[in-house]
Amino acid sequence: MGNKQTTFTDEQLEAFQDCTFFTRKEILRLHGRYRELAPHLVPLDYTNNPDIRVPLTLITSMPELKENPFRDRIVETFSEDGQGNLSFNDFVDMFSALCETSPRELKTIYAFKIYDFNRDNFICKVDLEKMLNKLTKGELTPEEVTLVCDKAVEEADLDGDSKLSFADFENMVSKAPDFLSSGST
Amino acid sequence: MPRKREVAEVEDVGVEIDGELSDSDDGAPQRRGNRRQAAGRGGAKGRGRGKKPASEDEEDEDEEDEAPKGRKGANKRKPAKKRGGRDDDDEDESEDEAPKRKRGGGAAAAKKKKGGKAQDSDEDSDEGKGKKGGRKGGGRKGGKEEEDKKGKKGDAKGKDKGKDKGKDKGKDKDDDKDKKKKKKKKNDSSSDSGSDSDEEESMSEGEMARLMEEVEEKKKLIATIRNKPWRMKRRLTHLREAQEFVDKFEGALGKGKGRKWYAYKVMMTKKWIKFQRDFENFRTACIPWERKIKDVESHFGSSVASYFIFLRWMYGMNLVLFGFTFGLVVIPEVLMGLPYGSIPRKTVPRAEQPTAQDYSVLTDFNGFCKYSVLFYGYYNDQRTIGLLKFRLPLSYLMVGIGSFGYSLMVVIRTMAKNADVGGGDGDEGEFTFAWKMFTSWDYLIGNAETADNKYASITTSFKESIVDEQENQKDENIHLRRFLRVLANVMILCSLGGSGYLIYFVVKRSQEFANRDDLSWYEKNELELIMSLLGLVCPPLFETIAELEDYHPRIALKWQLGRIFALFLGNLYTFLFALFDEVNNKLVEEQSIKNASIWAMKEYYANFTRLSNDSEATPPPMDPSDVIRGPCWETAVGIEFVKLTVSDIQVTYLTILIGDFARAVIVRFLNYCWCWDLEAGFPSYGEFDISGNVLGLVFNQGMIWMGAFYAPGLVGINVLRLLSSMYYQCWAVMATNVPHERVFKASKSNNFYMGLLLLILFLSLLPVVYTIMTLPPSYDCGPFSGRAKMFDVIMETIDLDLPAFMGTLFSYAANPGLIIPAVLLMVLAIYYLNSVSEAYQNSNMELKKKMQMARDEEKNRRNNTDSTNQVMKDLEDLLPNRSLAPPAPPPEPEKAPEPEARPTKTKPGKGVNLQKDVALASPNPNAQRPVVSRPPGPRGAGPGRGRGRGRGRGGAPPS
Repeated sequence: MGNKQTTFTDEQLEAFQDCTFFTRKEILRLHGRYRELAPHLVPLDYTNNPDIRVPLTLITSMPELKENPFRDRIVETFSEDGQGNLSFNDFVDMFSALCETSPRELKTIYAFKIYDFNRDNFICKVDLEKMLNKLTKGELTPEEVTLVCDKAVEEADLDGDSKLSFADFENMVSKAPDFLSSGST
Repeated sequence: MPRKREVAEVEDVGVEIDGELSDSDDGAPQRRGNRRQAAGRGGAKGRGRGKKPASEDEEDEDEEDEAPKGRKGANKRKPAKKRGGRDDDDEDESEDEAPKRKRGGGAAAAKKKKGGKAQDSDEDSDEGKGKKGGRKGGGRKGGKEEEDKKGKKGDAKGKDKGKDKGKDKGKDKDDDKDKKKKKKKKNDSSSDSGSDSDEEESMSEGEMARLMEEVEEKKKLIATIRNKPWRMKRRLTHLREAQEFVDKFEGALGKGKGRKWYAYKVMMTKKWIKFQRDFENFRTACIPWERKIKDVESHFGSSVASYFIFLRWMYGMNLVLFGFTFGLVVIPEVLMGLPYGSIPRKTVPRAEQPTAQDYSVLTDFNGFCKYSVLFYGYYNDQRTIGLLKFRLPLSYLMVGIGSFGYSLMVVIRTMAKNADVGGGDGDEGEFTFAWKMFTSWDYLIGNAETADNKYASITTSFKESIVDEQENQKDENIHLRRFLRVLANVMILCSLGGSGYLIYFVVKRSQEFANRDDLSWYEKNELELIMSLLGLVCPPLFETIAELEDYHPRIALKWQLGRIFALFLGNLYTFLFALFDEVNNKLVEEQSIKNASIWAMKEYYANFTRLSNDSEATPPPMDPSDVIRGPCWETAVGIEFVKLTVSDIQVTYLTILIGDFARAVIVRFLNYCWCWDLEAGFPSYGEFDISGNVLGLVFNQGMIWMGAFYAPGLVGINVLRLLSSMYYQCWAVMATNVPHERVFKASKSNNFYMGLLLLILFLSLLPVVYTIMTLPPSYDCGPFSGRAKMFDVIMETIDLDLPAFMGTLFSYAANPGLIIPAVLLMVLAIYYLNSVSEAYQNSNMELKKKMQMARDEEKNRRNNTDSTNQVMKDLEDLLPNRSLAPPAPPPEPEKAPEPEARPTKTKPGKGVNLQKDVALASPNPNAQRPVVSRPPGPRGAGPGRGRGRGRGRGGAPPS
């Protein structure tokens, strides 16, 4: 924390700590990471809340996300403009939701949003197919993909509309033993 | 008090009502009718679920209070809207909201109609939410915005209609909706604070209560804001507002003396929170190696990282043990005890002195090492040492027992915590595909190679599941697999038994050899050789056999761990038995030496008196290095353990250096000039051996626990080992290993490791306690010398240092007459707790079953009719435009006869039980009605179901 250069005021840090699951140190480190992405764009001094957005391509090049099959969706979900440009607030928000300490409910909500590719508030078969292709890098044949998607919907769908609403998703995920989508800072 | 207030304000309200009623005459009755319907249903249910009428009454009045005051200002809709805003914050609130509104009667209802359309939508959304909450029970945040939209839509078309359709609306609308709300809220709070600060002086108690409540709510919001799925900007704004509000009004509450006290309390709370946060910051800063582990995690997946987390945990525990041992035993002895060379036990004997500093002797922990503070024998049996009168022997015993106690406590606590986290896993096989789809990605992977492996493993697992699914009906496969598993287990049991017998045989032989002198090198080292050979050969053998079983690697890892554990246990216990033999020999030897040394002492004195011819003079004490000493079996045991630990460290580190590093170097650089591809082909790079490393760690810890009593320095050595091992292994794994071929996620709780640790702890506890309780300590070394048993120190302390009545108290407590009932009581308590937990488990199972049934039933019902919820259906029927229309022709062909037509998951034969299912499914909204006993077949068949149009639609006989 800069003796000569303050990145955040104390109030800002307190506010961030209230709003996220991070400690002061981690927030400063996050800012460091954020700045690393685009040093020419992001100022060191954040005391006056500059309105700066870092584009999607830069964010997804972070090592934490680089290998993630859903990286674009994750970033898009957390960006305020829906295009994947993240302000620092969105950036912190993203990592807060992904970090280990955030509660399962919150993660479930965001996971649902992430998996909902076409943003219709349902995970339908199109979403599932997209997901599956990302997960397996297109290694499965179309018939297999269809079969798996049908099966998955059949398993998790409670209301028989052949797509998963949030309630279905929540119910399914809450029973999963290893649903932990943690990210590192 | 509330009475009075009501009187004071009733006039105001009345005026308002009149004004509004005339305004909104056309809309109100209809709406109200609607609402009443809803109240009739939702309210009834809400009541069934238990609410708090008393408190609601109060809140009602509060609301009415708010209303007029708000209207004085420019913003008429303030209170209601504030309610709405608060609803965002607290879902429970909204559950109470609906019935309250309804019972608020004329005033509230009419008032609602006043505002413009935007506000109306707000209001409606409130209601909708209330109803929804009533219907569904568990509300959730995410749906809230949708609800808002729904409400709006419903308002435009017909009340409460678009419930299900509204959901399809684009999500992007959320944002401006949010913003709008925010703005409104800001207005609220500013106007609110303005008006309230004016009236601060004349605040009545009711207002105060309301304010207090609001402040509490804001505080709650501040505390839970991080759990809200909002945009950060929104969160920050809300936070700031809430904080401002709290700051502003917190001090104003309470009055007179109470006010001061309240302010003080508030201040202290703030300070306390600040302190907690700082402390938390400090604590996280203190957790070491977080980044290192995360690095490893991102390269190798969470299973490898779980080993390092375990290592770190062990380090923490050992650090505490080290603190105890060094703080209470070693350092007092060094600072306050007699110095080296003052008494025989602290001096190297004359015979050993020439070689005492040789390197080879020191590495065997003989010479100066043996007579140092590291080992049991060095400690003196003086009751108290130094100026502080530190009772070293007592402290020694207490630390020895206490470290076991502490370890037990920590291990069990960690296990309990992990078990807590672990719970709630559903039935296997229910969501195979869905889970694979949604939860198979390990979000911690950040390395391309690992990610590739993960992709591959996910693909394979999908393919496997597809094949499984296709061949699910074929039973041969399962039988074959079962047979293979049984076969594998039999084979492993055989090899375990064989190795056990081999060890037994070798130990027998070595006892035979012990009496002979003419041994070859092989015969001397037979035991060790066989042991390490077994340790080398068996694990790969087990792994090969485990291939037969075809388990998921996570489960396979556990099996592998368990099997190697059994093998190592044999190893450990042979070692122990050999050690006990040695100890017994030493004890026999000691007797003769004791006599010899007493005799030598006497002879020395006799000689002295004879030479000096002066029987009066006291002879100078004998040189401490000349005194004849016993074998001191405790130190010997300690040395064995220290040697074992050190050699274990050496072997581990060398294995890493050669097996991993050298291999990696060779593969990397010889690859340029080799005839086949070394990296992809045969030797390749090593994988990180999780099971071996974990077991190594666990057994090492067992050694420490066993040896620490006889060699206090061992704990220090272990701390150093763990510390270096952390850095060394982190480096090695990152530099030389490749990720596993089938990357798998570690299960969330590493209770399995902990279970192994607990078992080892218990097993290492046994021999130590046995020696403490039964073997006599050596007569001339260690803190307990000269006593019959080690624990006599405690008796001595009780007799000499505590007041007399304590002694009698202890003697009573040690009375069998007391101990037996106490043991009985404990057994009873265990029995009781056990049965209680069993009962809990049973009820858990029961609940699970019920949930499953409810789910099936729900599914079934949904498949049979389109509008499932009865309340919703009735509401739909009451819609004005529909109810005016002539009843539609009853039979709607696709609705009536389809009990099992759609592809449900319902298995054949399920239908028979459905009746029971319904009866058991208590959360089912129909449960309260007398119709329950009917199977949820064609909906309309139920008698008395649905009035009016409801019957028209559903009442068609299944043609």
